[in-house]
Amino acid sequence: MAISLLKRSKTSGKKKQKSPASARQWAISLTIVAIAIWAFFTYLFDKTPDAVQAWFQVWLPPSTLNESLVWVICALGLNIVVGYAGLLDLGFVAFWAFGGYAAGWFMSGFFHQVNIHFGSMSANTIPGIHLSFWLVMVIAALIAGFFGIIIGAPTLRLKSDYLALVTLGFGEIIPQVFTNGENIGGFNLSNGTKGISPIDAIGVFGKRLGPFDLGWKFLIYFFLAACMVFVSLRIRGGRLGRAWLAIREDELAASMMGVPLMRTKLTAYAVGAFSGGIGGAVYATHVNGIFAERFNFSISIILLAMVVLGGMGNVWGVIVGALLMAWINATGLPAVGDTFNNTFHTQINFPSYNFLLFGGILVLMMLFKRDGLLPEARLKMISHENDDDTSNTGGH
Amino acid sequence: MGSILNAEHITVEFGGLVAVNDVSFDIPEKGIVSLIGPNGAGKTTFFNILTGLYKPTSGHVMYDGSEITALVPHKIAAGGVARTFQNIRLFGSMTAEENVMVAMHSHLKASLASTILGLPSQRREEKAAREEARALLEFVGIGKTATEFARNLSYGDQRRLEVARALALRPKVLLLDEPTAGMNPQESAVFVEFVHRIRDEKGISILLIEHDMAVVMKVSERITVLDRGEKIAEGTPAEIKSNPRVIEAYLGKGVGAGH
Repeated sequence: MAISLLKRSKTSGKKKQKSPASARQWAISLTIVAIAIWAFFTYLFDKTPDAVQAWFQVWLPPSTLNESLVWVICALGLNIVVGYAGLLDLGFVAFWAFGGYAAGWFMSGFFHQVNIHFGSMSANTIPGIHLSFWLVMVIAALIAGFFGIIIGAPTLRLKSDYLALVTLGFGEIIPQVFTNGENIGGFNLSNGTKGISPIDAIGVFGKRLGPFDLGWKFLIYFFLAACMVFVSLRIRGGRLGRAWLAIREDELAASMMGVPLMRTKLTAYAVGAFSGGIGGAVYATHVNGIFAERFNFSISIILLAMVVLGGMGNVWGVIVGALLMAWINATGLPAVGDTFNNTFHTQINFPSYNFLLFGGILVLMMLFKRDGLLPEARLKMISHENDDDTSNTGGH
Repeated sequence: MGSILNAEHITVEFGGLVAVNDVSFDIPEKGIVSLIGPNGAGKTTFFNILTGLYKPTSGHVMYDGSEITALVPHKIAAGGVARTFQNIRLFGSMTAEENVMVAMHSHLKASLASTILGLPSQRREEKAAREEARALLEFVGIGKTATEFARNLSYGDQRRLEVARALALRPKVLLLDEPTAGMNPQESAVFVEFVHRIRDEKGISILLIEHDMAVVMKVSERITVLDRGEKIAEGTPAEIKSNPRVIEAYLGKGVGAGH
């Protein structure tokens, strides 16, 4: 017994060391890549030959990089809801919208009746509410998180399929409210379809970031995405993360082990909404405005596809999935299309086939690689076990 | 010796069907008692009443001096009524250790913020929980499997892991739903010893639902027999063995006492 115990502690010690080490390796290499990208676009890009610049403008423009980081932030939030807690959410766009409008309200001249300035880069004479970018991030997260709880509290009692339907409904309703929110009892909430623009510039180290300071914005967005990764991993390793996974596995057994279902699910929903809010606010600063018609159902679905494609529950997989799909959507498809059309003298509108492509990818993934590109180790094992059906829980 | 869990005049109706009819039952403190009966007698329904999964149509459940009839399941579990499942319900894609630690949820205090920040208090708590989980796995005899996924454990080890997970709730009452299902006679005999160990070393009162009569007779201090939702007999193993109503319920009318 003593020997086996000794052996156990040795091997388990090895295993325990392995996962943080690999997480650290991921984190370090991603940080190095990010700083390299920032340095390249901020300092070297203008000095490179025109051909190189042209290549980047076609295949990897900095704005696409920044946008894909927005998707990463939101996908990581959705991963907490779908990947960790196993709650299917088809209306994540609602939180994206809340975050976006928070930025619209508190970082622009939209509320021109008042003149509030705090830590903002804009001149004090401009009317409106102008708060610091970082403060707005917090506010956006809190607003989205708050509505996450409001929406989640009555709906999370539902079983999975019904929950998906209700969240789908909310994902449709909230953007509609903003689209039609030009005159709510005389109050202009969202400026309707005209949207709110421009959004204040972000300030960093006293430097005002203009629309072309994409390198610096990249670094800021990367920092926020890194925070999301950190938070995801930390929560996953703790008591709450275990409870989420237990609920994903077997809700009834989890409640019989003293896990409060409603509260635990609601926390997952709120944390997911929280990061959706941050993503929305970041997106508003990225496109320098907020426009109601952008918040449509397809955003919820693309986010879900990113999580599934990358590997539900594994943050690194979700990051890969988000980057890949965001790139295809914003740059890859148009660039490939232009190249194809120029080469073969055709006139095919490639970007309009994006949903065909995403749908196709999802179907193929479900057929051949159900656990995603970078599956969470535990899920990988399950789907492989189901293949040869050696499960010993079934027939006793 | 007082009773730790007390079910008084429990009746459960599903639509028009009476699944449990006016059954009173108690688990004595540090006792080992069994609930037996033919299939469909209402044993598992009764279990589900005790753990809060179903609410009785009428009747009360008292635990440790207070009423728990209307409490939600997770509160009853956190309060110290733990159970295992007839068809094993582990968290398959979590490790054995994590399975046990899930059941410590209600004892752990770490907040969301302290988890994200990794405060020393949270780290200490996690470490202590991990050690407790290892100790429990060791106690049920599967210490070697701590970092293996529950799904990959052998059937017997999964049964043991369920017990370890239930014990992580630090229960005063442990309800075992057909714990020896699928075990061979040797394994069952080992299990009987094990049930005594849980009671003796942890001071936990135990209620079993069991089909294997050899196990029931050996392990129980008192046996309650349900048939078609009604309590038809209660007594020591010897009394139950010779009770004509019990024999009738199990073997049908007109069969002698030759069981």
